[in-house]
This record gives sequence, structure tokens and C-alpha cells, in this order.
Amino acid sequence: MSILINRHSRVITQGITGKTGQFHTRLCREYAYGQQCFVAGVNPNKPGEQFEGIPIYATVQEAKEATGATVSVIYVPPAFAAAAIDEAVAADLDLVICITEGIPVRDMLRTRYKMAGRKTLLIGPNCPGIITPDEIKIGIMPGYIHKKGRIGVVSRSGTLTYEAVAQLMALGLGQSTCIGIGGDPINGLKHLDVMKLFNEDDETDAVLMVGEIGGSDEEDCARWVKDNMKKPVVGFIAGVTAPPGKRMGHAGAIIAGGKGTAQEKIAVMEECGIRVTRNPAEMGKLLKSVL
Amino acid sequence: MKIHEYQAKEILRRYGVITPQGSVCFSMDEAVAAAQKLGGDSWVVKAQIYAGGRGKGGGVKLARSLAEIRSLTEAMLNKPLITPQTGPDGQVVHRLYIEQGVSIQHEYYIGIVIDRSQQRACLMASSEGGMDIEQVAASTPEKIHKILIDPIAGLTDQDAATLAHKIGIPASSVMATQVLLKGLYQAFDETDASLLEINPLIVTNDGQVLALDAKMNFDDNALFRHPDIVALRDLDEEDPMEIEAAKHGLSYIPLDGNIGCLVNGAGLAMATMDIIKLYGGNPANFLDVGGGATVDKVTEAFKIMLHNPKLQAILVNIFGGIMKCDVIAEGVTAAAREVKLSVPLIVRLEGTNVELGKKILAESGLPVISATNMADAAEKAVRAAVKGA
Repeated sequence: MSILINRHSRVITQGITGKTGQFHTRLCREYAYGQQCFVAGVNPNKPGEQFEGIPIYATVQEAKEATGATVSVIYVPPAFAAAAIDEAVAADLDLVICITEGIPVRDMLRTRYKMAGRKTLLIGPNCPGIITPDEIKIGIMPGYIHKKGRIGVVSRSGTLTYEAVAQLMALGLGQSTCIGIGGDPINGLKHLDVMKLFNEDDETDAVLMVGEIGGSDEEDCARWVKDNMKKPVVGFIAGVTAPPGKRMGHAGAIIAGGKGTAQEKIAVMEECGIRVTRNPAEMGKLLKSVL
Repeated sequence: MKIHEYQAKEILRRYGVITPQGSVCFSMDEAVAAAQKLGGDSWVVKAQIYAGGRGKGGGVKLARSLAEIRSLTEAMLNKPLITPQTGPDGQVVHRLYIEQGVSIQHEYYIGIVIDRSQQRACLMASSEGGMDIEQVAASTPEKIHKILIDPIAGLTDQDAATLAHKIGIPASSVMATQVLLKGLYQAFDETDASLLEINPLIVTNDGQVLALDAKMNFDDNALFRHPDIVALRDLDEEDPMEIEAAKHGLSYIPLDGNIGCLVNGAGLAMATMDIIKLYGGNPANFLDVGGGATVDKVTEAFKIMLHNPKLQAILVNIFGGIMKCDVIAEGVTAAAREVKLSVPLIVRLEGTNVELGKKILAESGLPVISATNMADAAEKAVRAAVKGA
């Protein structure tokens, strides 16, 4: 088993008629079992139409009923993206992956509030998505850099995750599942939630955890790892050189009120037994050393 | 996005928050006229800059006569103000706020922020107003009281009253505080603020509850629905290169070092700065070109970095995923030619069509130093920068 998604997942694309949605749906379909996995699109104004053979429905609920899909991926513009998540949650999907960057925090606060007590899990927003190599990719990461294997990867960023994967691949280490949880302050699954899933996954032997400045998700995860994790975990935290009070690209990557520094995160992770490299060129090497 | 104190107070008054009367001034004549119009026998002259710590830097002064208004205006207006948050050069003061003097019985602290781990807005209050709240949090955390706010119900009367009691607001002023706190939260919520701070909130000798200072920051992602707030932006307060970068869809932050970095993706951009430091160099900037490193974007990025007189080398680190390395290499070489690059250029490409990309760089005739991985790139950039210095 991988975590969260595999070749049997059936996926709805919300925002399938936009440029980004079309481009990435095409690439996801071309990857491994994508042809059978991407079964529906949603656009309230275009029900009955198709995108390259994928039927379009007016609502997520209708798409789910017609195709049996339980996962959705969202590419709709920021002003409407939170409402798209709400719709997927209301339709009781298992998992929603929101790629959209730039959603107002206020919208996400309300969306997360409405998700309390519901079954739907959220990855993102402002994330590259999730991939179970050689089975299915849902998101915007380049599929070909990955290969099936036994390392779990969880990260807040996009290209830095690809960098980590490339380093693993150079050492011959494939991945069970790679998840980008996103760079926004208010998001769905955290490092901790993903770590718990990897801990229970028979096909994951070790986890590479990539974090960055801002918030305290990495620390929360590290404290849990200390007491519960059955597998080796190594890490890297980006932003040792980031100045306080400046938003480093990602909305959530900011040292505010002296909190969320890379140094603080690294210290807590090491106290909890997680080996952390200061050198982003050695993430793969460090992971290999603990196998 | 940030705004000035006087602008924040204007917004808050619309939500029923009481503040002293005041007027923004751009000249000595305006300052004197404002004081005369406000009347009374004391005024506070407040430098309007975004940076905090204005009081400590001498940017908030009491005047007891029009002559003092004149001398304080003379001393502050169009002069740099150095505070613990401005950096050593300070920030030039272009606007003053002349406010009525008030009698202070006690100073409190009120703040609203987004609590990321709880995924709620959090109202914080303390009896220790007028001080650096981070210091209060560190030395006497028990003096800071917090309430997480339900985004649908908003701040309730009961929660507001409880908080007022906890920080020791006199019983006769609790009702006024409750109204003020609810107004603050409503303002925070409706304007898509990311931070709202009243430090200090005061109770006057006659029991009035006033916001004596006000600080508001806004969520950049939500500005599209607040044109009125965008209009308040003061470009004098922002780094001209950051403004220029934003126009081209680049995320740029200047730093102290001499190695410029051009990277795709925020996480990788931070990691690139970190590895430069690790190899003994100093990054000159954070720069994320985003997903599409087009010729236009790379050209603008080079131009912005080259404005920095300290620049000794540029490191381009691109992981081409969906974006192909050959396209990026074309962009980098075209941009380097257009700006007539004057410092060593180190390029590290990885990802789709990487070999083709490297070939384009090698055959460009440009003195591009090619690197095989991040460590190699950082080492070469640091060496090139040392040689140039």
C-alpha cells in the first residue's frame, strides 16, 4: 500500500475547463494508470460536455454519483477555490487536493471550520499535489523524476520537493508516496498527519520531511515522532538565512513575532531524534544513511 | 500589506472604535493648523512610518504649545527616524499625525492575529500595555489572555466581557471595552486583516476607552476584494526594487550579501540562500521567478539584482519540472545578453531536458559557469564572489 492514493483511486477535476486544469489533467492522465483514474470534470456551466473524453458534470455530487469517484483535485482561481473545497467536502469525498495558490486566509478559516467533523481530508492549498510513483499522480509535479520505492516524502514546497526526490533517485531510492502539503498558513493535512499515515504504511521504510520557516507544524510533528514513530525520519528546514518579518514567497513562510525560525525547528527536531541536515544538497544522502 | 496608524484609525472608527481626534499633516503649516483646529492645551506629534518602536526612536512626542508643535515638526518631518525595527539608516518621515492629548489612567494591550495551529483568529489581551508585547509574552506569559474566535459566530459579548475582566478593565468601563473589542474583530474580519494591534488601549481618567495606537496588516491574497485598502498603500515605505519585482510577478527580497540568487519556487529559493551561507558566502537576495522562467521574467530578475552595487555573482538554480531546461537555458542566455551581464553567472539546471539545456548554455558564447548540483553551484558562486570582491 501507498498512502491516500493508488491506481484504484478515481479522481474528479474541479476547474477542468481552465487552462491550468486542462494542461495538468492531460499530464496526469498520461502518467502511469492516469487514463483509468481521471474520470470526471466539474464546471457548473458546461454539464454534458467533455474534455478529451472526460465527461463534465455540473456539480461534484453529480460527478461522484455518476463515476464513483472519491477524490478531487482543484485548479479553480483563488477567489472561488475555497468554495470549490466546500463543495467537495459537502459531497463527502475522501480526499481533496487543492493546487490553487493565493486563496485568502479568511476564506480558508471558514472552509476549515466547515470541515470539522466531516470525513474529507484536504491536501493544500498552494501545493504541488500528491504522487504514488508508477501508479498515479494528482497535481503539478513532474511525474518522470519519480520511481516506485519505499521512501515517504512530505514537504511544504514544490521545487524543493522535486530536488529531494531527485537526490533520492540519484542514490537509487524510489518513493512510496510524495506529498506537498502546501505553503499557506491555513491548510489541510500537516506534516504530523502525513507522518502518521506513513508510520502505518507497510510499503514505507523511512520518511524524508522537508519543512520551512513559519508556524510550528514541523515541531508538532517532531514531538509526535519522538514517542510514536516506528521508522527512521530525517529532515531539512529551509530558511536559516531568511530575515524576520518578510514573507518568503509562500504566504505561510514568515518569521512572525520571533516565532517559526528555522533554527528553532531544527533544534526541536534534533531533540526528538530526527537527524536534520543543514545542507539542502545532502537530503538524499542523509536519508540513505539511516536505512 | 501594511498601512499607517492614522489610516488604521480611520478604518477602525467606521467600526465604532473610539480614538482621540487627530489629523494627518504633510507640512509645518498643516501641523499648526491641525493643532489649532483640534484645540485643547496638549497634543501628541506622531511620526507616521510602518516600522514599530516609534516611541523608543523619538517619533512620538508631547507638545504643550504651538511653538512646540513647530519645533517638533521641524525636528521630525522629512528626517529619518531610527527605531529598533527600521535598521540603522532609519525611515524618512513624510507624514505626521497630530492628535489630541489625553489623560491616561491605565494602558492595556489588544492584538488579533491568525493562530495557525488552531486555524482560528485569536484575540490577545494584556494588562501590560504600552510595552513590547513579545517581551511580556517571554517574561510573564500569564499576563497574556487569549480567546480563539469562531469564524461564523464572531466575537461574542460574553467572551469580550470576560476578556475585559481578565485584564483588569474597571467595571464601569467593561461595557465600553466590550463594544470596542467587537468592533475591532469585525474590522479585522471584514477587511481581511492579518494583524490588528492596539498598543496601547487606554482607559482615561474619566473612564473612556480609547485606541491610542493602531496597527493593521492585510492578507495580500485578499487585496483583490479591497481596492479601498490598496489605495492606502504608501510606496515611500516600500523597497523600490520589491515594487518593481512585484510588477513582473517576481517575489524579491533584498538581503545584505553579494551573491544574487534566481530560483524557481520559494522553498528551493530559501534552500539556495541557505547553502550559499553554508559554503561561506552571503546571499544578496531572495528571488522566486515562479513556475515559468520566461525570457522576460529572467531579464527583469537580472536587472533588479544588478541594481545592487554590492553584487559580485549571480547563481541561477532552476529545477525544471513541467518547465523544460532548454527553454530556461534560452531564457537565461537571452536575458544575460540583453542586460550585458557584468558579474559571473553560475547556472545549475536540473530536470526535464537538462542535457539540452546545458548544451545551450555551453554554446552560447557567454562566460556561464555551469554547475552539476546545488553544492557545486554554491561552491562556485562563493568562489566567484570572493574573486570579484
